[in-house]
Amino acid sequence: MNLIHTFLKGEEGLFRPDSLTPMQKMTLRFVVVGLLYYGLVALEGMIMRTYLVKPVVDLIPPTQYYAILTAHPLVGIFGSTYSIVFGAFLFLVPYLMKKPLWSIKIGNWICGLVGGGTFVFWLSGFITHYAPLYTLYWPLPADFTQFSLWGGIFFITGIALVMVGTVLFVINIFKTITYTPEGMAKQPVGALLGSALGLSGFRNLFSKDKKEHLVSLPVAAIARGTIDTALNSGIILFTGVLILVYMIAAVFGVNLKHSAVDALLYKNWFWWGLDLIADGLVLIFVAGTWYLLATLITGKKLFMENIARAALFVEMVVSWTVWSHHLMSDQAQPGILKVVSGEMVTAFELITQGLAFFITLVTLWSARPLRMTNPLKFLLGGLLGFGLAVPAGIIQADLGLNRILHNTQWIVGPHVHVAVLVGLTMTLYSAVYYLFPVLTNGAKLYSEKLANVHFWCHLLGGIGMGAFMGMAGLQGMLRRTIYFEGEFLPFMILAALAGSLILVGFAAFFFNIVMSVGLNGVIGIFMPSKLKTKDPLPGK
Amino acid sequence: MVDSSLVLFGQTLAYTLYALAIMAVMGWFGYRVTKQGKGRDIKPALFYTFVGFLVLAGVSLHIITHETIPWKPMDLNRSAIKADKTFSINIANQKFILPAEKMVIKKGETVRFNVTSDDLTYGFGLFRTDNSMVFQMQVLPGYVNDILWRFDKAGAYTIRSTEYSGPKGIGMIEKNAVEVVE
Repeated sequence: MNLIHTFLKGEEGLFRPDSLTPMQKMTLRFVVVGLLYYGLVALEGMIMRTYLVKPVVDLIPPTQYYAILTAHPLVGIFGSTYSIVFGAFLFLVPYLMKKPLWSIKIGNWICGLVGGGTFVFWLSGFITHYAPLYTLYWPLPADFTQFSLWGGIFFITGIALVMVGTVLFVINIFKTITYTPEGMAKQPVGALLGSALGLSGFRNLFSKDKKEHLVSLPVAAIARGTIDTALNSGIILFTGVLILVYMIAAVFGVNLKHSAVDALLYKNWFWWGLDLIADGLVLIFVAGTWYLLATLITGKKLFMENIARAALFVEMVVSWTVWSHHLMSDQAQPGILKVVSGEMVTAFELITQGLAFFITLVTLWSARPLRMTNPLKFLLGGLLGFGLAVPAGIIQADLGLNRILHNTQWIVGPHVHVAVLVGLTMTLYSAVYYLFPVLTNGAKLYSEKLANVHFWCHLLGGIGMGAFMGMAGLQGMLRRTIYFEGEFLPFMILAALAGSLILVGFAAFFFNIVMSVGLNGVIGIFMPSKLKTKDPLPGK
Repeated sequence: MVDSSLVLFGQTLAYTLYALAIMAVMGWFGYRVTKQGKGRDIKPALFYTFVGFLVLAGVSLHIITHETIPWKPMDLNRSAIKADKTFSINIANQKFILPAEKMVIKKGETVRFNVTSDDLTYGFGLFRTDNSMVFQMQVLPGYVNDILWRFDKAGAYTIRSTEYSGPKGIGMIEKNAVEVVE
């Protein structure tokens, strides 16, 4: 009875949705959407892990498997990560700048567009088996001999909805940084933008006359990552329109020539855009979040702050010029691009991310002794994730090694999954645990033990899965391929066991959160706020 | 020529040691950060030393592989290298169209594979009988995708597509299509 009461009302009934401001509700909506999609991704990931142990084609035909594989990273990045990150940043930017969000209404629209768009492309893929993978290598997305035309149209429309939401996020963030709210002194737009983009930080590095930063470091990181977000959405929207042109022509019975689009040029621009996520905004947003969490946890100033600001700017420029490491096995790609962009510029990521890693650790170290709270332990897990995944990425971005690693399980295991699952996701969990009492006006976590189960299952599962995938990759196992004769069975069994730990960790977390806020509380988050305030928190 | 399996063994060893070291460091840090410190600040000199180490690590990796992995400089310079043999392979509709005669190579020969695609983006990889990879490249439509390789070990090698080309592409395997003889 007590359990049911807690399930409905939350731990000690402390969470009261009526007390939430519109800003808190908006942010929590993003978090709920993001966590639900994370659960879907974890579940589908586990289905695929099991399939790689034993492909049960009678139950799940390969067409269905590849539809899941296509949606899996997109739901993970857009539905889950974008939702949580957008929600957190739409809250943090006005909170840190001590002025209201430019538009809460648009903020809620962004949540709907990202969440709704994700559902549209996931569902169309699941039903029609539209499966060109997230890479969309030309002309596969327009190959209607293999894929449903209408499935493709709905799929691309879903992605487009997410991108529209992303564009609105970019506008809302930059307008919030630069606009002048009613009753406030006129804001210096140019100086604010200069500080947000890192120009003032650079000036301070070389000038004796050090000027105060107009925006805090986390806001600067958000602004710089948002530039990449904007460029990326432009590339994806452009590519989507191109594919839609082929689809609409096919609807009217016209088969446009695939050769009209150069496959190599297409691959270059698309990877340029994709890398703005993978190597741009992820690393910048993550570094910014590390800095914010380290200063919040310790209450101390960030170590080497000006260098950290400059490194974020360098990372942004690096992220515009690294895409060629994805084309090292494309023999038509010019060698100079492979060496300069693919190898040399990519190696800069070891430096920029290494700096962020070091600065965060030193900031934490300076405040010893720290209590091992949930935000701290998840932050350390996130740091370890990138500590493992970034060097793995640098290794594969070498012309010699890429020849024997490209498209193997090494790429997607020790690099991609360890970076995303351990590095990025544990950083996000750290922020979620930190912000939980802030956003819920003091709600209490149902169980610390479950939080510990969440931490260890996620950490060991994520690293273990990446490691076993990597071992299989080094033995020659390809990604995006189904092996029917049990060629890499021991590795796949171990990877599936590790993957199941991640699922157990998420189940513990999800149960813990639901029991903390209660089912009524979750529903209440989606009801309109009764408070008429633009402030992030009540009474502030 | 150094075999790709040897390079992969070296990488496995190096990365495993690194992974164990970074996990140990983070474990140690997690333990010590909860203990009372001696109040010593970290000096900027340590920070700049670390930056120098990162620069050194990033640059030296590529220089070392250039000097030790033979196919790396060979690939960058392949248009100027004359092959002992050239094989042309076409791919269409998720099917490899191999030369009429079996591809037989003498040990030590340098071979060029020219691979073209009539429709989609594919991959072209050569694998040993234990499924480990010898090499791979991408095959883009509209281009002649070529790779140069020197074979130093006799044996039979299987071709398979290393890039996803839709569910129809999962069967793109040509077992023992290449034979290297003494």
